[in-house]
Amino acid sequence: MSILLSIEGAIGQGILWGIMALGVYITFRLLDFADLTVDGSFATGGAVSAILIVNGMDPWLSLLFALIAGALAGAVTGILNTICKIPAILAGILTQIGLYSINLMIMQKSNLPLLNTETIFSKVADVIDLPRSVSVWISTNNLVVLLIGILIAALVIGVLYWFFGTEIGSAIRATGNNANMVRANGISTNVTIILALMLSNALNAFSGALVAQQQGYSDVKMGIGAIVMALASIVLGEVLFGRKGGFARRLISIVIGSICYRIIVAVVLQLGLNADNLKLFTAILVGVALSIPIMMESSKQKKMYKKLTAEVDAIEEPFHARD
Amino acid sequence: MLEIKNVSKTFNIGTVNEKKALDRLSLKLEDGDFVTVIGGNGAGKSTLLNMIAGVYPIDSGHILLDGEELSQQPEFKRAKQIGRVFQDPLMGTAADMMITENLALAKRRGKPRTLRWGCKKEESVDYQKELQRLGLGLENRMSTKVGLLSGGQRQALTLLMATLQRPKLLLLDEHTAALDPLTAKKVLDLTKEIVEEQNLTTIMITHNMKDAIQIGNRLIMMYNGKIIFDVRDEEKKKLTVEMLHQKFQEASGAEFSDDRAVLI
Repeated sequence: MSILLSIEGAIGQGILWGIMALGVYITFRLLDFADLTVDGSFATGGAVSAILIVNGMDPWLSLLFALIAGALAGAVTGILNTICKIPAILAGILTQIGLYSINLMIMQKSNLPLLNTETIFSKVADVIDLPRSVSVWISTNNLVVLLIGILIAALVIGVLYWFFGTEIGSAIRATGNNANMVRANGISTNVTIILALMLSNALNAFSGALVAQQQGYSDVKMGIGAIVMALASIVLGEVLFGRKGGFARRLISIVIGSICYRIIVAVVLQLGLNADNLKLFTAILVGVALSIPIMMESSKQKKMYKKLTAEVDAIEEPFHARD
Repeated sequence: MLEIKNVSKTFNIGTVNEKKALDRLSLKLEDGDFVTVIGGNGAGKSTLLNMIAGVYPIDSGHILLDGEELSQQPEFKRAKQIGRVFQDPLMGTAADMMITENLALAKRRGKPRTLRWGCKKEESVDYQKELQRLGLGLENRMSTKVGLLSGGQRQALTLLMATLQRPKLLLLDEHTAALDPLTAKKVLDLTKEIVEEQNLTTIMITHNMKDAIQIGNRLIMMYNGKIIFDVRDEEKKKLTVEMLHQKFQEASGAEFSDDRAVLI
C-alpha cells in the first residue's frame, strides 16, 4: 500500500518537476545552449511564491510573479551571453551563483515553511470531498496535485506548441540550428537567445513555485541538481518515445520522462537506497540513458556490416583469399 | 547602388599572423550589375563579401547601399537588403527544420518577427510553385527536414531562400564550389535565371575562370586585398582565360607561379 501511495505522489511530483524539464528542453535541445541558470531560477520561483504567500498574496497570483522573476533571471544570463559575449555555460553559472544570494534575500532565511498558509493545492483540496471508495486508493492531496499538475502541464505544452510555431518561435528554433543563417535572414540572434532564455527560466521558476507550494516550504537549496533532473527527464522521454515524432509528442514525452524519473526514484528509495546517494544515482542514470542510444546505434552498425559482408563474401571470393 | 570607399580590414593586428585582407579597397556597383570576382586564395574575396554583409566590422572606410551607410549596422539589419548564399551548403539552412519552415523564415528576411503563425497554409502553395522550378522534386517533400537533403539540394534551396524576397544585393560566395560538376552547373543556371528574372545586383565569387568570363556583365580580379583588374560589358566579353592569366601575372609578378594552380 505504501508503495502505491509513494508512486501516486511520485507521479504528481513528476508532473510539477516536468514543467521545469520543459523549460530546460527549450534551451538544451531547441536553442542548443547548456543553460545552468536553472538551479538558481528554480529556487527563485519557490522563494518568490513562498514569500508572497506568507505575506498574504493569493497563491495563484504568486505564480505569475514567479514566472516574471524567472524571466528576469533568464534575461540576465542572455545579456551576459549575447551582449557581454560570455560563454553560455559560464554565463549560466554566474547567474545561478548570484541567484543563490538573491534567493536568500527574498526569503530572508534559508527555509520558508508554508504550513499555516493556503496554497493552490490546499485551496482545491478544501473543496473536494472524496467518497470512501476512492479515498482508499488515493489520498486527497495526491489527487489534487495530479489534477492541477495535469491541467497546468497541458496548458504549458499547448502554449509552447503554439509559440514555437510562430515567427518568433521559428526564429528561436532556427537559432539553435544555425545562427549564421538566422542573422543572414535578418533576425538578431541576440534577441532570440535572450527570449528563449527568458521563456525557459520563466518555466523553471514557475515549476519551482509549484513544487514549493506542493511540498509546503521553499528552500534555498531546492534547485541544486535541477539541471541534471531535467536532463534525466528529457533523456528518459527520448529513450521511451524516441527522438522522432511531432513537437507535441516530444513535449509530452518530456513530462512523461519526468514522471518516470520520479517513479524510479520513489521505487529505489522504497527499496532502501540512502537518500544521500540519490544524486549519484541520478548522475549514473542520466549517464547510462545518454549512452544507451549511442551503443545501440554502434552495435546495429556492426551487425549490419557483418550481415552484408557475409552476403557479399558468399557470392564473391572472400577478400582475404585473394592475397 | 553599392558604393565601397577605402575599406580596409586587417586580421590579427599586432601578431605574427597579421594579415591585411582588404587594403583601402574601393568599388562602385551600378544597378543591375552582375559582378564575378576572381583571385587567388587569400586575395580578400570572401572578406569583401563578409564586410558588405557585416559578418565582422571593418577597420576603416564606408559601405553605402543606395546612399545608406551600412558599415556600422549589425549583420542582421543589413540582411534586410542583402541576400546571401555561402560556400558551405550547410551554412544557409536550418537542418532540423522543414523545407517550408526554412522558406518561411527566409520569406520574412528583415521583417519584424511576431506571434503570428510562422508558416501559413497559403504560403506553402507559393513555396510549392517556387520549389517546382528547381526541378529537384522538392515540391513533393515540403515537410522533409532540410538536414536530409543533399548538398546540391540544400544549396539550390538556399539560393531560392536568398531571393524569395527580392534583395537589393545578392552575395554569392563560391556557392557552387562544394558541388559536383553537374549539380554545380544546375545551381549556376538557376542563379543566372533568378538574377535575370529579378534583375538583381549581384556579386559572385568563383574559382572557375570560364564561369567568371561567361557570367555577368562585369569582372573584377583581386590580389592582396586590392582590386587589380576591373572590366565590364563589351570589354569583358572579349576576355579569355589566357588573358586573365596574363593579367594576373602582370599584377603579381614572380608570385604568379604559386597561384597558378588556384586559377585554372
